[in-house]
Amino acid sequence: MDLVFLADTFVTLLGGVPLLLQLTAISVSVGAVLAVLLALMRLSGNPLLDYPARGYVFVFRGTPLLVQIFLIYYGLGQFPEIRQSVAWPFLRQPYWCAMLALTLNTTAYATEIIRGGILSVPFGQIEAARACGMSRLLIFRRIILPQGLRTALPAYGNEIILMTRATALASVITLMEVTGIASKLVSETFRAIEVFACAGAIYLIINFLISRAIALAERRLSPQLAAPPAAPEPAR
Amino acid sequence: MGYFELMGFGPKGWGLLLAQATLMTIAVSVTAFAIGAVLGGLLAWARLAGGRGIGIAAETYVTVLRGIPDLLVIYLLYFGGSSVLTSVMRWLGNDGFVGVNAFAAGAIAVGIISAAYQSEVYRGAFGAVAKGEIEAARAVGMGRMLMFRRILAPQILRFAIPGLGNVWQLALKESALISVVGLTEILRQAQVGAGSTRQPFVFFITAALLYLLLSTVSGWGFNRAEAAAMRGVRRA
Amino acid sequence: MKRLMTCAAGLLAAVVLAGSATAQTKDWSTIRIATEGAYKPWNFTDASGKLVGYELDLAADLCARIKAKCEISAQAFDGMIPGLNAGKFDAIMAGMNISPKRLEAINFSLPYGRTPSTWATTKDSALAKLPDADKVYSLVGGADLAAAEKAAADLKPLLKGKIIGVQTSTIQANFIEQYFKDVVEIRQYKTTEQHDLDLLAGRLDAVFASMSYLKGVTEENKEIVMAGPRFTGGILGAGVAVGLRKTDPELKEKFDAAVAAAIADGTVAKLSVKWFGFDITPKG
Repeated sequence: MDLVFLADTFVTLLGGVPLLLQLTAISVSVGAVLAVLLALMRLSGNPLLDYPARGYVFVFRGTPLLVQIFLIYYGLGQFPEIRQSVAWPFLRQPYWCAMLALTLNTTAYATEIIRGGILSVPFGQIEAARACGMSRLLIFRRIILPQGLRTALPAYGNEIILMTRATALASVITLMEVTGIASKLVSETFRAIEVFACAGAIYLIINFLISRAIALAERRLSPQLAAPPAAPEPAR
Repeated sequence: MGYFELMGFGPKGWGLLLAQATLMTIAVSVTAFAIGAVLGGLLAWARLAGGRGIGIAAETYVTVLRGIPDLLVIYLLYFGGSSVLTSVMRWLGNDGFVGVNAFAAGAIAVGIISAAYQSEVYRGAFGAVAKGEIEAARAVGMGRMLMFRRILAPQILRFAIPGLGNVWQLALKESALISVVGLTEILRQAQVGAGSTRQPFVFFITAALLYLLLSTVSGWGFNRAEAAAMRGVRRA
Repeated sequence: MKRLMTCAAGLLAAVVLAGSATAQTKDWSTIRIATEGAYKPWNFTDASGKLVGYELDLAADLCARIKAKCEISAQAFDGMIPGLNAGKFDAIMAGMNISPKRLEAINFSLPYGRTPSTWATTKDSALAKLPDADKVYSLVGGADLAAAEKAAADLKPLLKGKIIGVQTSTIQANFIEQYFKDVVEIRQYKTTEQHDLDLLAGRLDAVFASMSYLKGVTEENKEIVMAGPRFTGGILGAGVAVGLRKTDPELKEKFDAAVAAAIADGTVAKLSVKWFGFDITPKG
């Protein structure tokens, strides 16, 4: 074991962490907003809204993310019409292409998670809210959304971790996040196992921290489920 | 050249190559899924019935494999696999090199990731088996093996079908990542075609369609299997 | 259940066999050669899926001289050296140049080709008119090296702020890192075909690649043109050669003899004219 090499590698790879976190944070937050909209379309009962949303989820969940990334990055760049459009300053950069692909992808998965969460809200509560004379928007804002999101949280935590792993694919379109730097280091040092193991450790640490944060959020959002404060030790 | 000429089976068409690549995707995904089934079953058993040490080891395995990017697992196995195998063979007195080809490395990599997910599915399915049936089996004096064979295994498989369907879809999509180590499956073939014809959009959209086709057909298959397995079960 | 167990046992056996089937003793009656299959005209894949190119023809010739059976497979370029050292294959013939950094990890045979590296850009780009076009600078050493480094320094202001594409882990990537890192943005690609797509899409201002490769590209696609001075030698390598493990000196001897014979009887010249349109035989 060459500890000096491992330590150097680890420090070099840490340079890719900010990009990794940016890609995850932005795609997950934009994806969450889009997913709420799509989940509502799915639940609207109106086929004109329901079917497009269904189709979106079907296509993006049915194809590998890597194909989506290649399609957006190399595929769209093929057309002169797109290269002359207003979107090109963004699509020209691998950073925004990766961001777009990750966002569109996570939106599809998050839609189903949020839909499940919303469906879990007991109908009795909605009836009660109606009986109190709440408007549809108010019911959604006060009753459905908070409880739906709370129920969806564990599954959403999983999705965030999956997205952290997925950012590794951005390396195939020249982005230098942790896996990109790792591949470059391997091509310089030819020591694949040590370098990739170091990179794996970084992802594990990040995902461990994320899962702790989600668990904490879960506990904060459902105080009724928290363990009762421990009884004081009886005095002897 | 029109789309159908380019993707057709004529002399300048890529149809035959893409069809072969599709078979390769199916072959590598099925192999990976089977490896995942064997290993995942063992993991689930270790976590449910193994001692404390084995249980913790199995849990660590699942956490690690779900925490690091699949791309890294493939890189590690591809580059690391043969050096490990080679040293094992040396130790056994054979000093030749042992190669792991892209198919084996890819199938094992996707398989050991799939095992982590499958173990969770089997564990969940075990939880769904009514405890009374296990007690009843014990009461009539069934041995452990007999009980597993007659009572547990058939029911676990039945309850696991929907979850396994999801994990299969994951394996199918993860097989696209094996393209990075040079296995000529759908995505790799699309990349080769995109590079030599300079029509990336056409090739990547075709790849996406092929994946959609595979996931739709297999999703339909799993639904049929679920319906068949549940035919004797009364449902609400 | 019994059937399930049999299946599982069969599967495990298959996996183990797949691993051990490729174990081989070193009598070199068969040699496994890795190429990339995406680096025209050195090696590439035609529409029928067959590997073709200069190195495929040359490999057939060299293997006949060594009297070995050769199995040639396509591999990702950036995994080739780890793959070779891990024993996935025995030799690399993938347009790979001898370079000091690679020599730390692997051995090379005598070179069987040498071409300078140069810039390519789109025909209406401002960079298409870089000075010193067609001039060849040698980085080998002495006065030549000084002249080459001056030429590189002269290019700097013209390339300031530009985005340059190179294939990852190539001598061209090393060259750009050494001489232009402070003025250009470097993007590294897995294959040269990918950086061509991005050059055409306008994501790159120029690429830096081997002239032999660019010649084919510019002939096939009139949008792409070569530009500026050419560089060779030194950090850009002593030529393209067969990559071999350090632990196989006897295989290096065989390839050295075969390459020397192929150069001596004009096979290298003949094959390179067939594929490149000019003679790439390394001289001196």
